[in-house]
Amino acid sequence: MAEVGNAALAAARVRAGRNAAMTERIYQLGVLISLILLGGVMTLLSPRFLTVDNLMNVASQAAVSAIVSIGMFLAILTAGIDLSVGSILALSTMVMGVVCVNWGLNPYASIAVCLGTGSLLGFLNGIMLTKLRLPHPFISTLGMQKMARGIALVITAAAPISMFPAQVQFLGNNSVGRVPVSFILVGVLYGGMFLFLTRTTVGRHIYAVGGNKEASRLSGIKVNTILNLVYTISGFTAALAGLVLAGRVNAVYPLAGIDYETDAIAAVIIGGASFFGGVGTIGNTIIGVLLIAVLRNGLNLMNVDSAYQTFSIGAVIIIAVYVDVLRQRVMKGGK
Amino acid sequence: MENNNVLLKLEGITKRFPGVKALSAVGLEVIAGEVHGIVGENGAGKSTLIKMLTGAHLPDSGTIWFDGHFLKDLTPRKAMQIGIACIYQELNLIPHLTVVENIFLGREIRRVSALGILNRKEMAEKATQLLLDLGLSISPQARTGSLGIGHQQMVEICRAVWSNAKMIIMDEPTSSLSEKEAEDLFRIVAQVKARGVTVLFISHRLDEIRANCDRVTVLRDGQSVAQVDMAESSVDDLIKLMVGRDIQNKYPKVRVPAGEEILSVEGLNRKGVLHDISFRLRAGEVLGFAGLVGAGRTETARAITGADPKDSGVILVQGGEVKIRSPRDSIDAGIAFLTEDRKEQGLILIQSVMFNSTMVKLEQYAKFGILGLKSIRVNTERLAEELQLRTPSVDMMVGKLSGGNQQKVVIAKWLLSKAKIFIFDEPTRGIDVGAKVEVYKLINQLVESGAGVIIICSEMDEVMGMSDRILVMHEGRITAEFTQEEATQEKIMYAASNIKADRDPAGMGAGRELVNQ
Repeated sequence: MAEVGNAALAAARVRAGRNAAMTERIYQLGVLISLILLGGVMTLLSPRFLTVDNLMNVASQAAVSAIVSIGMFLAILTAGIDLSVGSILALSTMVMGVVCVNWGLNPYASIAVCLGTGSLLGFLNGIMLTKLRLPHPFISTLGMQKMARGIALVITAAAPISMFPAQVQFLGNNSVGRVPVSFILVGVLYGGMFLFLTRTTVGRHIYAVGGNKEASRLSGIKVNTILNLVYTISGFTAALAGLVLAGRVNAVYPLAGIDYETDAIAAVIIGGASFFGGVGTIGNTIIGVLLIAVLRNGLNLMNVDSAYQTFSIGAVIIIAVYVDVLRQRVMKGGK
Repeated sequence: MENNNVLLKLEGITKRFPGVKALSAVGLEVIAGEVHGIVGENGAGKSTLIKMLTGAHLPDSGTIWFDGHFLKDLTPRKAMQIGIACIYQELNLIPHLTVVENIFLGREIRRVSALGILNRKEMAEKATQLLLDLGLSISPQARTGSLGIGHQQMVEICRAVWSNAKMIIMDEPTSSLSEKEAEDLFRIVAQVKARGVTVLFISHRLDEIRANCDRVTVLRDGQSVAQVDMAESSVDDLIKLMVGRDIQNKYPKVRVPAGEEILSVEGLNRKGVLHDISFRLRAGEVLGFAGLVGAGRTETARAITGADPKDSGVILVQGGEVKIRSPRDSIDAGIAFLTEDRKEQGLILIQSVMFNSTMVKLEQYAKFGILGLKSIRVNTERLAEELQLRTPSVDMMVGKLSGGNQQKVVIAKWLLSKAKIFIFDEPTRGIDVGAKVEVYKLINQLVESGAGVIIICSEMDEVMGMSDRILVMHEGRITAEFTQEEATQEKIMYAASNIKADRDPAGMGAGRELVNQ
C-alpha cells in the first residue's frame, strides 16, 4: 500500500517538475510572441513603424539600453538590483569628457578612464553590499545613484562637453557597411555573456549565488567575490553604454541616463529573470529590451504624450513582476 | 485530585505529515491547577502536540476537549480567546515597547473605546500590581529589549496571566536561561499555579521536570506511553519510559576495520557555544554524535568546516594541520559537511540535479575556466545511477524530488567533491523508511572505500545502530564516549542530560566518569 502511495507521489512530482519546465518554456515563448504581436499592432497603427529607417532607429536606441541591461540582469540574477546604472553612465562619461576634451588625454586612454570609472563605482556598490553589509543593494545602489549624479553635475558645473575625437565616437557613430558598430557590440556582448554564464565556472557560480547564497557558501563558492564581480560588471556595462551614447550624440551631459535603470529593470523582468534570484537567461533579456524599445517607439510614432509612455512602462513592470510571482508559485508547486 | 477537575483532555490525536506519522492516537489529561510535564526524545512528537493545542496545526483525527468544550477547527486566535496561551522558545515581544505596552499588547485598556484612546495610567497601575503580585522586580516602564532573556520571559508570562489564560504552555522555557534565571522562572510558575492557572511544561531537562511538575506524560515515537505521578516516580523511571524500545534490525551496519587516523580535532572552542571539543576519527569508522537539540553538535560541525568562525582549536587531516577559515578551506582539506537543512543550506531547489551535483569544486570540470559540459553530464549520470536516484533525467529540478532523493543529490554533490571525511547532520530527517536504509547503505559504502564518517543524529536508535563509536554532547561539551557495544539508550540519555545516575545501571562504565568530570 505504502509503496503504491510513494510511487504515485513520485509520479506526481515528476509531472510537476515537467510542468515547471514547460511553464518556463511557455513563458519564454510568450515573451517572444508578445514582441511580435506588439510589432504587428504598431505596424497596423502607424504606417511609419515597419520601415528600415524606423527600425534602425529603434535598434540604435535599444543598443544603449541593451548594454545597461546586461549588468542589471546579473544584479537581478543574484537577487539584487542596481539602481545606479543611469548615474554611473553619466558620471563615467563626464569624467571621460573632462580628461579627453578639457585635458586633452589620448582618446584610447580616455575610453579606458570611462570604463574604469564605471567599473570602480560598480565595485563600490559591491563593497557596500559585501563588506559594509548594507541590508539590500536597493539601498546601496540608490545612494550611489544620488552620489554619482551629484558629482556628475558638479564637475563641470552642469555644463555638457562635446567635440570628441573620432576614436571616442567610434562605437556610437560608425557603421560597418550598413550595420552600426553598436549593433555588433551588442551582439558580441550578449553572445559573450551567454557563454560566460553557461560555460564558465564563474558564470555558474553567479547562478548558484542567486539561487541560494547560504548553500553556495557552504559549497565553497566565494559568494562575496561573486557579488563584487557582478556589481563591477554592472558598473562597467553602464559606462560602456555611456560610451555608445556619447558617440552617437557626440556629447556627454550630466543628466544623461536618467530613468535608464527603470527601463533596464523592466527589460530584465519581462525577459523572465526572477526578482527572487537564480532564474533567467541573458538571451531573453534582449527580447525584453526590444519589447520596451518597440513600445516606446510605437507610442512616439502615434504622438502619444510622454506622460502616457511613462505610465505604460510602469504598468508593464508591474504586470511582468506579477507574472514572475505567479510563475514562482507554479515552480514551487504550491497553490 | 479527582478526574472531575479535568481542564484538558486529548483522545486519539493522530497527525500525519507527508511520509511521517508524527502523532499516533495520543491521549493527554491535564487537571486544572496542576503543572503538567511533557517529556520525550527529540522527534517524539512534543512540538507537534503543542501545535495541536495552539491551533497551529489541526489533528487528522481525535478530539480535544478543553474547559467544557470540544475544540474543533482551532485557530491560534481562537486558542487565545478560550484561554490557551503559549510561550515559545523564541519570545514574542516587541523589544522597542515598554513592559507595560507589551503586557497589554492587543488588549489595551481604552479611555474612549470608539476612538481608541489609551488609558495609559490605568494600564501602568495594573501592570505594576501584576508584577508585584508575581513578585517580579521589573520596572514596568523599562524597554523590554533592554531586559535579560529571563525577565523577558516573565513579561510574556505576565501577558499570558493578564489575558486570563486558563492554561499556559511553556515550550522549553529554560533552554536559554541561566540557572539563576531558571530558578526565578520556577518561582513564577509556582505563583501562577497559585492563581489557579494550569501550566503545561515541556522540557528536555528531566531534573526540572522532577522538581516542578505534579504529573508527567511521556511521549515516545509519536505515542503517549505513560502518565506518571511525579511524587511516586524518579528521573530513572522517566528515562526508561522515554527510551524503552528495542532497536529493530533496521540498520544494515557494516563493520570495517578502522584504518589510520584521518581527522583529529583538538581544543575546539567557540565562546558560549563550544567548550574544548576534542576527538579523533579514523578511516573506515562511523563516529556518532548524540545529544539533545541545542547540545552543540551542529555547531561543532559548523566550526570544524568553517561555516561558523571558531575562537580556537586545531584540526588535523591525515596527520597534517589544516587552517580552515571558510567552507572553501574545508572542502580543499577533503571534509564534506552535509547540512541538516537540505532546502535552505544544501541545495539550490530551482536548479537541476546536474547543477547541484557538480556545484562543489566545479572547477575540476573546467579547463582555463571553460566548463566541459559533457563531463559534467557524464559524471552526474554515472553517480545518479550508482545512487539509484529516482529522477527522469539529471535536468530535473531538484525542488521537485522527494526528500530521500534530494538527500541523494546532496550526497552526490559531496561524493563528486572527492572528500575523504563526511559529516552528516541528521542524514535521514524527513525522509521515508526505505530511503533511510539506502542512506545507511551509502554510509557503509563510504567507510568501505576508506572514508571517515561522522553522523549527527537525534534519533537515538539510529546513532546507536550506525555508529562504531558514539560521543555524547551536552551544552557545548563532550560528556561521554561509548563504543557501540558499551552504549545503551539509558547511558546516552544520562550523558545527554548530564545527570549523574542515582543508581548504577549495569555497566555505566567509562561514560560515567566523563559525565562526572
